[in-house]
Amino acid sequence: MITRVDVEHIGWLASIKIEDDEKDKLVEQFNSILEYFHQLDEVDTEGVEPTYRVVELANIFREDVACPSLSQEEALRNAPRRENGYFKSPRIV
Amino acid sequence: MEDVIIGLEIHVQLNRLRSKMFCGCSTDYHNSEPNSHTCPVCLGLPGSLPVLNKKAVEFGIKVGLALNCTIEEETLFYRKNYYYPDLPKGFQISQYDFPLATRGHIMILGDDGVERDIRINRAHMEEDPGRLVHAGTIDRAKYTMVDYNRCGMPLLEVVTEPDLRSPKEARAFLDKLKSILEYLEVFDGSLEGSMRVDANISLKGGDRTEIKNISGFKGVEKALSYEITRQKNMQRRNIKVVQETRHFDEIRNITVSIRSKVGAHDYRYFPECDLVGLRIASWVPAIKAALPELPDAKRKRFVEQYNLSDDHAKSLTSEIKVANFYEAVAARAPPKLAAVWIADVLKGELNYRGRTIDGFSQEHMAGIVNMLAEGKITEDGAVQVIRDLLDGRGSSPDEIVKSKGLGKAEDDAVQKAVREAVAESADAVADYKAGSERALNFIVGVVMKKTRGKASPGEVHRLVKAEVEKI
Repeated sequence: MITRVDVEHIGWLASIKIEDDEKDKLVEQFNSILEYFHQLDEVDTEGVEPTYRVVELANIFREDVACPSLSQEEALRNAPRRENGYFKSPRIV
Repeated sequence: MEDVIIGLEIHVQLNRLRSKMFCGCSTDYHNSEPNSHTCPVCLGLPGSLPVLNKKAVEFGIKVGLALNCTIEEETLFYRKNYYYPDLPKGFQISQYDFPLATRGHIMILGDDGVERDIRINRAHMEEDPGRLVHAGTIDRAKYTMVDYNRCGMPLLEVVTEPDLRSPKEARAFLDKLKSILEYLEVFDGSLEGSMRVDANISLKGGDRTEIKNISGFKGVEKALSYEITRQKNMQRRNIKVVQETRHFDEIRNITVSIRSKVGAHDYRYFPECDLVGLRIASWVPAIKAALPELPDAKRKRFVEQYNLSDDHAKSLTSEIKVANFYEAVAARAPPKLAAVWIADVLKGELNYRGRTIDGFSQEHMAGIVNMLAEGKITEDGAVQVIRDLLDGRGSSPDEIVKSKGLGKAEDDAVQKAVREAVAESADAVADYKAGSERALNFIVGVVMKKTRGKASPGEVHRLVKAEVEKI
């Protein structure tokens, strides 16, 4: 069961500020999502090997070849703030 | 210091690759404008998909094998989730369960003078985060500036077991690792930020602290020494060392507590669904067969093949460039003498100047060693020639020996001419004794005639004066 404490923690991990009145609503929604996924528990997996992927592909690569990058201007085009060619972000320590 | 327990996590940039881990951006971003080596993949733009650099995996296997690890049959990438400006995607593609290489070891010289194996827990592949630049110090900056040129650089994280017992041993381990990586031609340690270290350290019976992101081997030694003192002082005062993450302040030479980004259990690792798995067991035999001779093997061979002392062999093989240089010289000059002069003299002179062996001519070194072997030059003269070559005074050993009169035979010839000239110039000697300094010039002229101008007038003047004073 997801609690208010879990919601606050998940918000902190994602650096999202969650208002007090939103928390109960999110608790309810998180729990309903989890419940939905709990339906998977009904499947009988006795004797089935665990898997980490749904496609049985392996070994897809590119060669070690350098190709042109975006220009600095293109790279920074969506940046809300910039300075001297850098992305500017709030200080997080 | 048998009560000190140290384990290291070393982030190694596989910077001899041309392109990044999951995109085609060039790895050659040093000395470039910020954010000039990025693309939708390494900027984490929506809809972009990573594709793994095949050679990065080959390099990883090479390193794993050289560290005596087991290369796992199947290996897998994970997402390590944390929200921080250095990661534009909000997660780092890394490995977790099923890393590339596990359970290896490399040998270092312990503080007790005995060589022993340091166990490697694992080596796994991941992408480098971007670089954060703070205006001013990290704890006082108002904002952070981010350069994503480094983001997506292929990294290998090598994790040791807590087998190191002192800062000096930690340093020895890093030196050895760097040496191996350069032998493998996967790594260039001269590039800034190419190797970054996290160190875990505790005193027996105490909790451990982790010092994050130390750059430079000297920094690791200093940070660990400081941390030992700090923890010992706390123990003495009966204060409990708490498990925490600390930052090494290179300017103040101390470690300071930092609030950790996220607890380990909060990384919410899960398999990277945009990448498929790797089955690489079949690559291993070919890569193993193509591994170059590694430092320990080369050292052993040098002792046997060239009849060197173990110390000289070790000194000559710690850097692949020096080892290759030595072998080229040893092919043209007496190997034992070459070893002494390269290991004991040339390396010292290079070190003093903060230079590498690049650009110092093998022919010149062989020439110097041969002159020494044939008694054509004194040891002091040879040192002088090496210094002059390094400092750009003179174009070749022969030229320097001639112009400076460093040749042993020539010295003797000048001395002989001085003695003869003084003996033949009784009048001038008498004038000098009577107080005429200028009388010496006459004798100097005689010497210059005898040596056909080959000797240096200043030097001859000094020799003549010394000779006359004897009378």
